Amino acid sequence: MATQNSRSAARLMMAPAVVLFLGWMLIPLSMTLFFSFKKFLPLRGDSLENGLEWVGFANYTRFVGSSSFWPSVTATLTIVAGVLVITVILGILLAILLDQPMWGQGVVRIMVIAPFFVMPTVSALVWKNLFMDSVNGFFAHVWRGFGAMPVEWLSQASMPSLIVIISWQWLPFATLILLTAMQSLDSEQLEAAEMDGAPVLSRFFFIMLPHLGRAITIVILIQTIFLLSIFAEIFVTTGGAFGTKTLTYLIFQRVLESQNVGLGSAGGVYAIILANIVAIFLMRIVGKNLDA
Amino acid sequence: MARSVTTQRKITNTVIAWFVGFLICFPILWILVLSFKTEADAIKTPIEVLRATWTFENYGIVQERSDYGKHFSNSVIIAFGSTVLGLLIAIPAAWSMAFVPSKRTKDILLWMLSTKMLPAVGVLYPIYLLFIQLGLLDSRMGLVLVLMLINLPIIVWMLYTYFREIPGEILEAARMDGATLREEVLFILTPMAIPGIASTLLLNVILAWNEAFWTLNLTAAKAAPLTAFIASYSSPEGLFYAKLSAASTMAIAPILILGWFSQKQLVRGLTFGAVK
Repeated sequence: MATQNSRSAARLMMAPAVVLFLGWMLIPLSMTLFFSFKKFLPLRGDSLENGLEWVGFANYTRFVGSSSFWPSVTATLTIVAGVLVITVILGILLAILLDQPMWGQGVVRIMVIAPFFVMPTVSALVWKNLFMDSVNGFFAHVWRGFGAMPVEWLSQASMPSLIVIISWQWLPFATLILLTAMQSLDSEQLEAAEMDGAPVLSRFFFIMLPHLGRAITIVILIQTIFLLSIFAEIFVTTGGAFGTKTLTYLIFQRVLESQNVGLGSAGGVYAIILANIVAIFLMRIVGKNLDA
Repeated sequence: MARSVTTQRKITNTVIAWFVGFLICFPILWILVLSFKTEADAIKTPIEVLRATWTFENYGIVQERSDYGKHFSNSVIIAFGSTVLGLLIAIPAAWSMAFVPSKRTKDILLWMLSTKMLPAVGVLYPIYLLFIQLGLLDSRMGLVLVLMLINLPIIVWMLYTYFREIPGEILEAARMDGATLREEVLFILTPMAIPGIASTLLLNVILAWNEAFWTLNLTAAKAAPLTAFIASYSSPEGLFYAKLSAASTMAIAPILILGWFSQKQLVRGLTFGAVK
């Protein structure tokens, strides 16, 4: 059906998008790569006009060698792992629950999904102040009600608190995708297993879980990509203090706060490599889906 | 669905599900409650808060003191501007990939998707520098451009998966009946494509509305959308719970309503069509 004519028309229609993507990828990326091999401290008078000093891989070794590097990797991985575990497990349970016959399913669904639409700065600030504040927060009132000492959540238990906040935002995403997958499960298969006397747990492990496998993988991969670059939640709650400085936040501080562009750019290259490792797996799954 | 369910089990399900739903939704409901209380009441114990008198004053104060309206219109312009611009660029591209696929279509799609995986912080300084050079820092135009670019992969992908569902046979049938190309596009393809385009628009407006990396780093007072405006409450002065709640309610309400309409598209959009 495709003639020579329509082929060239198709190319023309794609041109703007392709050019934009090329520019968006190549220009900033090559700048980051360029800066990462240079000494570039704008506040100390370095500028592009005067030419920048080539320092080879010095920024790369310094970034990894700094005392904040490994803690930031640990913080990043802790957040990603913590949120993934919570959202996937609770997401599966919620998906099963929402898939059951009940009254007002639509309303419950909306209640469960709602947190996803709350902008990150709002949810972080609301959790920080209205709930986790150690004087006037909701939890402080409840703790005092039971005669316990209120906890300073974001300093004493900074990491778990942050994980709770971020999980609250991402649980709807996991639930929704798993629920969609669950609804495509053939109910007759479950029925047959039930009739054959398979107990609830084995029905879950041998029928439901394998069916959800692909959806779980997708949830994990997509969330990982977004979680690796969590920013606003840390920005408005701890500002990177109390051991919550992730790789993203560390690079942000190097680049914009202390204006060490060379060092920050080297960090940026590391972050890009890290994200790409995850991306490759995700792309494989999505790519396979295209052929189907 | 021949499975018979006892009423008792249905009641149990309903009770548990409503309780869990309420629990998850509670922070949002609590924001709503506090936004209608006075500052002095808002910091009391939860039970006292519920008993305190209701008031609308916070909404007035937020608008008066911090010009909520300006930030709201910034958000609207940035979210809709970036999405509409993205659609204008993505529709022809997705269209041609769906209807005139070539051997490279799949590679091009995956390549476009790969730009979405790029961690924003990795290109923060280059963008920052370019924005200064081009005078785009703290401008709505600049944010429209950046958010368009970061959401473009999702827009192209969603449109592509929707367009691909339009059966090609219908075109052939129309052609046999003597329809011209113009008639084909106008009377057959466009009506079939509109639902997909609308869903794409909806989801991407939501994503752009809530975007909080570039909006925080590239704006100051002038072009700050609601995400950045709310962040200014992180260094509060005096009592501010009720005002924070009112500001938050106003920031999330429009998108909660839009979100309610976009539940289904959410899955498709955010999984790049891998789960439908």
